[in-house]
Amino acid sequence: MSHATKAAEFNKDEAKVNWHDKALWYVREKRDKSAHNVQGWEYLRQLGSNIKANVLSNLDEYLVQFEANAKNNGVHVHWASNAEEHNNIINDILSKHNAKKVVKSKSMLTEECHLNPFLESKGIEVVDTDLGERIVQLAQEPPSHIVLPAIHKTKEDVDELFQEHLGTKPSQGNPEYLVGEARKHLRDKFLNADVAITGVNFAVADTGGVVVCTNEGNADMGVHLAKAHIACMGIEKIIPQEKHLGVFLRLLARSATGQPITTYSSHFNKPEDGKEMHIVIVDNGRTEQLSREDFRASLHCIRCGACMNTCPIYRRSGGHSYDYTIPGPIGSILSPGKDLKKHSSLPFASTLCGSCSNVCPVKINIHEQLYKWRQVIVKEQKQPVVKKSILKTAGVVLSKPGLYRAAGKTARFMLKNAPRFMIYNKLNAWGKARDLPEVKGQNFDDWYKKRQKNG
Amino acid sequence: MQKKKIKVGLFIPCYINQLYPQVGIATLELLEKLDVDVDYPQGQTCCGQPLGNSGYEEDSKGICKLFVKNFKEYDFIVGPSGSCIYHIKHHFDILKQTPEVKRVRNNSYELCEFIVKILGKTDLGASFPHKVGLHKSCHGLRGLKLGSCSEVQEEHYSTEEDLLNQVRGLELMSINRKDECCGFGGTFAVFEEAISSKMGKDRVQDHLNSDVEVLTGADHSCLMHLEGIINRNKQPIKVMHIAEILNCSL
Repeated sequence: MSHATKAAEFNKDEAKVNWHDKALWYVREKRDKSAHNVQGWEYLRQLGSNIKANVLSNLDEYLVQFEANAKNNGVHVHWASNAEEHNNIINDILSKHNAKKVVKSKSMLTEECHLNPFLESKGIEVVDTDLGERIVQLAQEPPSHIVLPAIHKTKEDVDELFQEHLGTKPSQGNPEYLVGEARKHLRDKFLNADVAITGVNFAVADTGGVVVCTNEGNADMGVHLAKAHIACMGIEKIIPQEKHLGVFLRLLARSATGQPITTYSSHFNKPEDGKEMHIVIVDNGRTEQLSREDFRASLHCIRCGACMNTCPIYRRSGGHSYDYTIPGPIGSILSPGKDLKKHSSLPFASTLCGSCSNVCPVKINIHEQLYKWRQVIVKEQKQPVVKKSILKTAGVVLSKPGLYRAAGKTARFMLKNAPRFMIYNKLNAWGKARDLPEVKGQNFDDWYKKRQKNG
Repeated sequence: MQKKKIKVGLFIPCYINQLYPQVGIATLELLEKLDVDVDYPQGQTCCGQPLGNSGYEEDSKGICKLFVKNFKEYDFIVGPSGSCIYHIKHHFDILKQTPEVKRVRNNSYELCEFIVKILGKTDLGASFPHKVGLHKSCHGLRGLKLGSCSEVQEEHYSTEEDLLNQVRGLELMSINRKDECCGFGGTFAVFEEAISSKMGKDRVQDHLNSDVEVLTGADHSCLMHLEGIINRNKQPIKVMHIAEILNCSL
């Protein structure tokens, strides 16, 4: 189903659209305030972008360096070329520990690899410990945002969901009560977990350590209580040196939520005594994206979600309308590289307004890449006949002044004289909520010619 | 010795030519009153933007070549539509970059930008005693950098505000979301109808909430979309291109 169809569905409940739009706009405004209070913010973005460009140009060396350093620290390093390998590696580690209960802190990569259903099919309980993630997990839905996974749910929705799954009392959506109950529920899961899985925000080549940013401290809690820690990362998560965290940690939280820094920036460098630490490094299509010159910079992404919060389309269509792990503008330039056919409507789910590129902390030219994907899609995917014939015809007509004059005349005549039912009907999407322009007696060409004649 | 006048080729985008001749007329009259030598090349059609933005860039080459042929002789090419000028400057990279193509790309200017940056004027002697709301169109704002953007840490500036602030009697109203997209987006308006209409509706409401009487901007495609919503819902806002306001009682 195309983005437009799902977006139209989401728009049937206008009050909900307004609420969703306002909630995310609030985050965008918090981001503006917090970012603009940092002297040299634009310079910091440029630095972030430059470091990422350097990383992508030297990824082979940095990855090998990272692996060597991590191994020196006593960490087990695994390489996965795709989602299947990633899932199997994790399953093997769990089997070795005879693990039946796993706690996970937020990781978009494991979402991308569909790790949860895979492990569940092996009889393993996987609990997402980030509150938002836990909410969507209980609702059996995918996250609708990469930082605010349950942003599509109201507190009343959560109230009902918790009554059903956690046995809470009706509270009319009382946040304090609901969070308190979630905390009790999760505390139990933490205490009984065999293995903790986390994502990775930054992997430092120079030290072999990884950094995980959370607001709830759930990554620390999980890792410190379980007997083994598995950290999963995409190959693009590398940064060269620890000092570069001074750039990225400042960019990440401000862009994501407007906080100066996430509550927890957890550094995992080596396993605790008597425990194991594993890092799984995953490609899953990233090398291919790296090979596409026009789209390479999409791998700069540090998953802050700022482009979603600012996107006027995302705010009014909801994350699920994108039908991809990473929704919003950044997802619309990443997803076509994974499956061009399935995601071919996403680069068109934009007015190319450019706000996404302006907020991006690592300066990805998102709207320009959307434009470029459109060209690729029209060339490589079958296009709707009507759209195709209209645009191809326009290409011919607008390159021939004579044809253009005739077409303009006919169109204006029709708009002016055709009865209303011929113009406003199901075929005219423009006219559903908008009037067409009122047609004047003459066009500019005619007026200009007359004026020249009359001197 | 008499100073040689700047020779300007007037570019009237296709939809303005056919549907909003009054915007073309205001642009031409305004430029003439500003003492530039304006010529309107016959046989001009379009910049190719509708095709490019829809993914049919390849099919727009004929249009782009015709544009270059029509406008290659002028010192400046000036048009009352930011997104069209943006398309010429940024997307004519699909043509072979001959000196003519490069010249056309470099010398194309959106009307307000041309008046403020090239002619160095902001007070055009206009008078328009109304409460005005400015829609800052995205391609002009973020693409051509006609003004500072709310996302970016920079000093406030706005080419359109510079001009409107000098208009006698005009009260520029402050709106809540200063530079959010209106949802037009070319074929987006048709293929993503639900979101497009909703975005337009929200923009109009923002202006209504700020007591705006006249909604203006430098890109009439956005204004066409917003006017369509205003007329359908019979809302009390009049829509005018900025050239029409600046051309009032000079």
